[in-house]
Amino acid sequence: MKRATLYLALALLAAFYLTPVYVLVATSLKEFREVSLEAMWRPPTALTFDAFKRAWAGDPRGGMRGLGPNFLNSIYLVVPSVLLSVFLGSVNGYVLAQWPFRGSELLFALLLFGMFIPYQSVLIPLVRVLQALGLYGTLPGLILTHVVYGLPITTLLFRGYYASIPRALVESAQMDGAGILGIYRRVILPLSAPTTVVAVIWQFTQIWNEFLFGVVITNKPTVQPITVALNNMAGSFIVEWNVQMAGALLAALPTLVVYVVMGRYFVRGLLAGSIKG
Amino acid sequence: MRAARLAPVLLVLPSALLVLVFVYGFIAWTGWLSLSSANDLLLGAARFAGLDNYARLAGHPRFRIDLENTVTFGLTFIPGCLILGLGGAILIDHVVRFEGMWRTVCLMPLALSFIVTGVVWRWLMNPSSGLNLMLEGLGLGALRSGWYTDPAVGIKAVALAAVWQLSGYTMALYLAGLRAIPRELYEAAQVDGAGTGQTFWRITLPLLAPVTLSAVIVLGHISLKIFDLVIAMTGPQGGPAFSSDVPANFMFQTTFQANRFADGAAVSIVLLVIVSSLVIPYLYWSLRREVRG
Repeated sequence: MKRATLYLALALLAAFYLTPVYVLVATSLKEFREVSLEAMWRPPTALTFDAFKRAWAGDPRGGMRGLGPNFLNSIYLVVPSVLLSVFLGSVNGYVLAQWPFRGSELLFALLLFGMFIPYQSVLIPLVRVLQALGLYGTLPGLILTHVVYGLPITTLLFRGYYASIPRALVESAQMDGAGILGIYRRVILPLSAPTTVVAVIWQFTQIWNEFLFGVVITNKPTVQPITVALNNMAGSFIVEWNVQMAGALLAALPTLVVYVVMGRYFVRGLLAGSIKG
Repeated sequence: MRAARLAPVLLVLPSALLVLVFVYGFIAWTGWLSLSSANDLLLGAARFAGLDNYARLAGHPRFRIDLENTVTFGLTFIPGCLILGLGGAILIDHVVRFEGMWRTVCLMPLALSFIVTGVVWRWLMNPSSGLNLMLEGLGLGALRSGWYTDPAVGIKAVALAAVWQLSGYTMALYLAGLRAIPRELYEAAQVDGAGTGQTFWRITLPLLAPVTLSAVIVLGHISLKIFDLVIAMTGPQGGPAFSSDVPANFMFQTTFQANRFADGAAVSIVLLVIVSSLVIPYLYWSLRREVRG
């Protein structure tokens, strides 16, 4: 293939992916009076962060809720959910890879299937159980949900990685008298950094971006994660386009930054999971 | 000795129990609801209703439209992702400069949520702005469209946004697949006088078949479950005349807006059965391959 054709084709491809990003960023930096249907493609004449301020703080007098509190909700949601699901996934992966028992393969298959199910098929009982536990409508309820349904992917990631750790390493530690937990602490954990990074980034992105559980479990605007709040904001007609785009950018920023800085690990999670959208 | 054999089981027990209850227990519960009369009564007073809910569902016009929309979505979204993914992967694979940069750009939408994508594409597909304005500027005014506001386009507009968001996924899969093809094969083909086209059809594509299969299964199951993007782009009603409505949205509204739990459960079970018929053979195949591998 000719170099010039190649780069031209690539430039077109890149334009396809970047065009919506241009509109997103350009619109969010515009003043309200600069936003109009005819002027969508025009770059902003003067950069202003007013739209971001409005998207974050809202406009209490105009009856518009800001996304700031929901951004914080998402952080409170993501941090414990990621830590717990990654830790449990690591323990499961370790056992399934290095200490297989009768039925452990079946258990793994059952776990894996949990990653593919349409979550609609568990939603009604989930709501009932969370209500019974007093966790419906709360962040802890949403955290529990994300931890449980995150177990398949984190277990899969760690199991695959731990299976590549030579048996000899585990056996020599056993010879030295270490038990199953001792080996985990002294042999496995120190080797876990690469997969932990992959799992943390993957879970962070998935949970930050998740919508269905959020909208079903958190019914109050004060508890909702940012994806749910953004969807509400975008669904109301009183909110200007530049504020909507600023809100979308706020919601996208954390995962986008992580992706740009740690893209390699993100792609590894994507390929290993081969799974979620 | 017994304690040593019990320890691994105890370690995975919490997770195993959680998944057994939250996945399999809840599915069974939903299955029971779908066979019950929990539509109008309080849940406790529900009685067995046989296949009534499914029969009603089969005759429901909205559900019919939803299933058709799912097929249309899949037939637009899956080929779109495969073609763009393979094309992009081949281009990036050939490139000498800034490979990382090209890849970063093409995969970037994967880091976004469907809600963000939906909000942006709703603005882009505004009939009097965005894409239509751009098409006119390029002298392609004939391609103007009402996008999601036109019932004839409806779900296809959503599928286009989904291709934008997820084609990077197939690209990443294909890039890894291309890297795994031994260079000697191409060299041997060259020695035998095979052209670029022949090499592509006879070597590259067949060797990428397992990758394509994985991609089709994963994209197919995403098509069946698509929800967030539809909501964010076309609102809770799924566009004019349900033209972009999908089963997941139907389930959501039936269950949580209309409180018709049994009907919602029946939709969920139909979805689960379709997804399972796609995923279970695939999982079986993957795990088998792992054992042999």
